[in-house]
Amino acid sequence: MQDFLGLDAVTLARIQFGFTVSFHFIFPSFTIGLASYLAVLNALWLKTRDETYLRLFRYWVKIFAIVFAMGVVSGIVMSYQFGTNWSVFSDKAGPVIGPLMAYEVLTAFFLEAGFLGIMLFGRSKVGEGLHMFATAMVAVGTAISATWILSVNSWMQTPQGFIMGENGQYLPADWLEIIFNPSFPYRLAHALTASYLTTALVVGGVGAWHLLRGRSRNTGVRIMFSMAMWMAAVVAPLQIVLGDAHGLNTLEHQPMKVAAMEGHFQSHPDGAPLILFGLPDQDTQTVKYKIEIPKLSSLILTHSWNGALSGLDTIPRDQQPPVAIVFWSFRVMVGLGFLMMGVGLWSLWARWRGQLYDARWLHRLAVVMGPSGFVAVIAGWITTEVGRQPWVIYGHLATADSHSPLDAAAVGTSLIAFVVVYFLLFGSGVAYILRLMSKPPEPREARIKDGAGPMHAAGLGAVHGETYDSASDRGTAQ
Amino acid sequence: MIDMLTDLTVIWALLLALSVFIYVALDGFDLGIGILYPLFPQKKDRDLLMNAVAPVWDGNETWLVLGGGGLMAAFPLAYAVLLPALYPPIIIMLLALVFRGVAFEFRWRSGSRFTRRAWDASFFWGSLLASFMQGITLGALLQGIKVEGRAYAGGWWDWLTPFTLLTGVAVVCGYTLLGTCYLNWKLEGAIQTRVRHMARRLGLATLIFIVAVSLATPFLTGEYYLRWFTWPSMLVAAPVPILLALIALSFARSLFAKRRDWAPFALALAMFALCFMGLGLSMWPNVIPPSITIWDAASPRSSQVFMLWGAAIMLPIILSYTGYAYYVFRGKLDPDEGYH
Repeated sequence: MQDFLGLDAVTLARIQFGFTVSFHFIFPSFTIGLASYLAVLNALWLKTRDETYLRLFRYWVKIFAIVFAMGVVSGIVMSYQFGTNWSVFSDKAGPVIGPLMAYEVLTAFFLEAGFLGIMLFGRSKVGEGLHMFATAMVAVGTAISATWILSVNSWMQTPQGFIMGENGQYLPADWLEIIFNPSFPYRLAHALTASYLTTALVVGGVGAWHLLRGRSRNTGVRIMFSMAMWMAAVVAPLQIVLGDAHGLNTLEHQPMKVAAMEGHFQSHPDGAPLILFGLPDQDTQTVKYKIEIPKLSSLILTHSWNGALSGLDTIPRDQQPPVAIVFWSFRVMVGLGFLMMGVGLWSLWARWRGQLYDARWLHRLAVVMGPSGFVAVIAGWITTEVGRQPWVIYGHLATADSHSPLDAAAVGTSLIAFVVVYFLLFGSGVAYILRLMSKPPEPREARIKDGAGPMHAAGLGAVHGETYDSASDRGTAQ
Repeated sequence: MIDMLTDLTVIWALLLALSVFIYVALDGFDLGIGILYPLFPQKKDRDLLMNAVAPVWDGNETWLVLGGGGLMAAFPLAYAVLLPALYPPIIIMLLALVFRGVAFEFRWRSGSRFTRRAWDASFFWGSLLASFMQGITLGALLQGIKVEGRAYAGGWWDWLTPFTLLTGVAVVCGYTLLGTCYLNWKLEGAIQTRVRHMARRLGLATLIFIVAVSLATPFLTGEYYLRWFTWPSMLVAAPVPILLALIALSFARSLFAKRRDWAPFALALAMFALCFMGLGLSMWPNVIPPSITIWDAASPRSSQVFMLWGAAIMLPIILSYTGYAYYVFRGKLDPDEGYH
């Protein structure tokens, strides 16, 4: 097989999938949470008729529209990546995972796309009740979508409920076993919670930024910061509990992934240490310069000081995942998770002292932590995906046997195209989002045209809603 | 015949064909409107064109995701052969769809005239290239794909032939026609007259392309020739071109009538539907000509049954709320709407 820039076709295909799926997942991990936040804001507006909630809805819905569009187009790419680069996998696993993905399209994607237009543009056309329904449907759709795709991913991690066909295909034998495979509930809970937490941190970061700029009298800014901090305070600790449960599930079904996460090259029959930091060296099968706490890993994973844990020495070298990547990405995720909990607890303390809107160091930390959810989400996915190597269907189908009959040059060229296009286009998108975030939600924002033309896409929602909304604002004022 | 209708593989082939057709019908006018951008240099007109599809475009493109996901689910072997065989055009199509999809949002967010122009260009080129690559994909499928075992066995440039270039241009022309017909329905005043005039010329061009592709196809392989030009299979095939000719006539008349602005769009879609049937007649029962039949590529029965439940319950629901979304945004677009 020929190389392209020193990399073979399989490696390039793996980089390409990793790149396109990571980039893609950034968007849904935000829209899943944001869609629910928007539904809550809209419901609060309808319930209280407090104009601030409507203002916040309009503020975040513009950002949502941009992120959602980027999620849609990068998602279309994903539905073809399986076939373009992993055709052997698609052929063999298609009968099992194909129907699950078809269900995702049928039950989620259409729901989101069908009601998105009404959510963005339709408030004045369908009335408040149906608009609320459409907004809720978009939120529900994002969660359903996550459910199916996480079932697919979990089946690839902990496959069951299938038989092998004579033609080498994985044939479904029991759909309930396939969908509700052992790691699915844990992965779903962990990933959905991650999305809500990620969104809370973004919203909190934006609120904190405006508070730092002296906008603490803006009720919109106060409410968004307060809601986000409640969310962080509740969800971050919950996420740590869920992460722990997910880890224990992984220990049961993919113990070698946990060994890589922990940096355990050697087995520890009577109590394994927790390696806090170190440099895993796969060649010598050791962790250099390690700082470790004796027995603690066993205590966390087996709930016993002297619990036995097997290490990577129990499997052949060529079946070990790349330890350094897994080891470090896991630490990045966990470290950020505890920092997030720190933000949440600090906000509780500040709130209790009545200083939530004045605690400048809390605001500074919240701004810095604003994008941390995305980093943690990607780090978590790297941990679980690299950690299950060398398998694409764990224990059954090797990644190296799954790729398309491709030339390295073709995969390499398309990889470069994806990298250039994604950074250019999605980079612009992020710049536009940051520009929207840099302005606070202002009451008067509603009534000015922001120079972008008579009828906006996302802006149209705002402008559209505006005529209607400002009329009803007047109504409430009377 | 009864056997065929109870054969789940046939049902899935028909369902998949239906979703591909719905994609072509919906994203066809959507992409076509993007291709029309250079003919409407004024910002005001471009705003209007984009707003004609802004509330529905991602629903339209979801049918493409269903096409990809559905093909993998119902005919995994076909998915696994087709995508590597068409690797370059598929990747270009996907990137082109990214370019045009983000333009829907970014265009309104750009701060300067220069960046807005850049997103206009991104919308146009994305729409054009995506359409062209879909046409090439169609042509490459029709001309046949080389397979050994369960994998693609051809070269990297097999998809690029004079025939695929012809189908590429034909699809671009056809989508643009759908775009003008949809705009004819949604717009009024001087701009409507303009798109109507464009639709007449594009209609003629599309018909010429349909004839050209139809004449070229039977000569690609002997099998197509036999199907279209020998007795008795001609008997099945002949109604398609005859009906197409009749619809083309009433389509032409509708473009000169002053009433029923929806008629040209509906009739253009009917022409597309007949072309689609013609393609189906040529390919049947292959999913990948010349060697993979739908039965070779089909998923096992348990996958087919499981999905059929989903499709039977969800497709009617999807069609109703998609229809509702179109209904909400019905009627002529008001260029000044939402400004005050």
